[in-house]
Amino acid sequence: MKLTNLLTSAAVALGLAAGAAMADTTKVGFVYVGPVGDGGWTYEHDQGRKAVEAEFGDQVETVYVENVAEGPDAERVMTQMALEGADLIFTTSFGYMDPTINVAKKFPNVKFEHATGYKRADNVSTYSARFYEGRAVQGTIAGHMTESNIVGYIGSYPIPEVIRGINSAYIHAKKVNPDVQFKVVWAFTWFDPAKEADAAKVLIEQGADVILQHTDSTAPQAAAQNAGNVITFGQASDMSEYAPKPRVSSIIDNWAPYYVARTKAVIDGTWESVDTWDGIGAGMVEIGEITDAVPAEVKEAALAIKDSIANGTYHPFTGPLKKQDGSDWLAEGEVADDGTLAGMNFYVEGIEGDIPQ
Amino acid sequence: MDLSAINPVLLIASLMVAATPLLLAAIGELVVEKAGVLNLGVEGMMIVGAIAGFATAVESGSPLLGFVAAAFAGAALSILFAILTQFAQANQVASGLSLTLFGLGLSALMGQTYVGIKPPRMGDIHLPVLSDLPVVGPILFGHDIILYFGIALTAAVWWVLKYSRLGLVLRAVGENHDAAHALGYKVLKIRLLAIMFGGACAGLGGAYISLIRVPQWTEGMTAGIGWIALALVVFASWKPWRALLGAYLFGGVTVVQLNLQAAGVAIPVEYLAMSPYLITILVLVILSADKSSAPASLGRNFHASR
Repeated sequence: MKLTNLLTSAAVALGLAAGAAMADTTKVGFVYVGPVGDGGWTYEHDQGRKAVEAEFGDQVETVYVENVAEGPDAERVMTQMALEGADLIFTTSFGYMDPTINVAKKFPNVKFEHATGYKRADNVSTYSARFYEGRAVQGTIAGHMTESNIVGYIGSYPIPEVIRGINSAYIHAKKVNPDVQFKVVWAFTWFDPAKEADAAKVLIEQGADVILQHTDSTAPQAAAQNAGNVITFGQASDMSEYAPKPRVSSIIDNWAPYYVARTKAVIDGTWESVDTWDGIGAGMVEIGEITDAVPAEVKEAALAIKDSIANGTYHPFTGPLKKQDGSDWLAEGEVADDGTLAGMNFYVEGIEGDIPQ
Repeated sequence: MDLSAINPVLLIASLMVAATPLLLAAIGELVVEKAGVLNLGVEGMMIVGAIAGFATAVESGSPLLGFVAAAFAGAALSILFAILTQFAQANQVASGLSLTLFGLGLSALMGQTYVGIKPPRMGDIHLPVLSDLPVVGPILFGHDIILYFGIALTAAVWWVLKYSRLGLVLRAVGENHDAAHALGYKVLKIRLLAIMFGGACAGLGGAYISLIRVPQWTEGMTAGIGWIALALVVFASWKPWRALLGAYLFGGVTVVQLNLQAAGVAIPVEYLAMSPYLITILVLVILSADKSSAPASLGRNFHASR
């Protein structure tokens, strides 16, 4: 007997046993890349999990595993969750994409939801938020606020989601400040406070007075605060403990409505594999309060961008836009399609440096 | 590319800060291993030190008191390891690994109410004239006191191991515990003290991250530095000055590679990202081409009846 068969039958047996024992409890599992106390990405996913518990009470049981490395270890954790009778498993990091697909094949009756990826299956949905919409707001503020005209950007991994954010922030900073220059540092980690702090310090030492981060901890905020006259933006979570300065605004990921809706679908038996990609308009991306460290007219400009994105009259990637190598990308008035955005692997014109391949 | 954006003085000053947690943890583990004990729990002791130091500094308002508490917390956790391995004769590798897991969990529990709090700042020393010197001032005379303590500790450990009677006894226990026992030395007691010293150093290293280098408390914030310290001890062939060199190299290349990235140097980022590990290993392997080897009793449990 093949291992997959063995596992499947084990899962069926376990599922039957579990089903008999607690017929009307839906078990929802969450796989986290960092600790729930990171104050950023994983923290917000865990808020979503708590919202599911609050909404359905005894109808659901949630389990989570934190600090799961992206790679084979993730597969082990997901398999374990499925074997323990989870009906729905949220895997909340880009690097869980292949593990999720692999495990989903072995457990056709378990529903999987993978965040920020692009591979789906009959029992695997994907969901993500249009963080780049929030980056447009941040870029606007950054372009107005920088005095050195150097904006530092701490990247995590060179994946489309992060590259979209850099492009979107740059386009909108450039729009209000033609002299702006972006310095990008790749940390090659989602969560390593010491390294994130080092990266922020390096960028500040090299003249950046605005720091944008796409890593999960609040360490860059602390580094900026120590350095003095530097502003930052909360990433994934509000990070309001660093307001009003250095943190002047933030992108907040609001997963709760989605998690509640998807759990409800499983309970009702209406779950289907879908691809969800919501932004400011749908409320999946929220803009944290813009503090008084930002002048009123800048705040107004930022909120105007936010509103025009929310009501659909403006798309952050609207032509004319060229790629970094000078080739045409979007013509005047043309907006980027989701396919290009989902696989974005190039900088727009004006950003210096290469994307690690 | 714009190398002029890199300020070498700030660069050297910040690489010293980046290296210090690693150095403290490595020096502690070096003494432990010299006594013949392999404690893989460095990461766990560091993170517990990080939160204990952070919490104490926040509650008392004194970073220095925080460091003292961190050393005590690290040492306290290491006693657990000592009881398991020295008195209950448990396997050192398994006990060390579980100590790390335990430390990570315990620190998360202890730190729940400390997320998002800012610790009191540890001031940098300021010597009149000396600290104001150009170049030399910020590099040599403009740091916090723990950084100097790390360097002093390295010198002290080197001197004690090499020239003092205490060091000789410690090494004897690590090389051949049966012979040391036959000579009348209390092997278990010496090892217990060495383990506690290692724990205290790891705790200090952890607190350096949470109080000075980052400074904040976040779960899991040591993010593997304890493991790098463990590897560093081996690659430094159990020699304190090489551990210092290794720590500075590792911290240094980490900061340099971030600097090069920010300056837009045309080296693929992947190479830059792996360079701290690669360069540190390379240099220390070349250095350890001489005949230095691990303490002979490393990782072996001792019982007087055997």
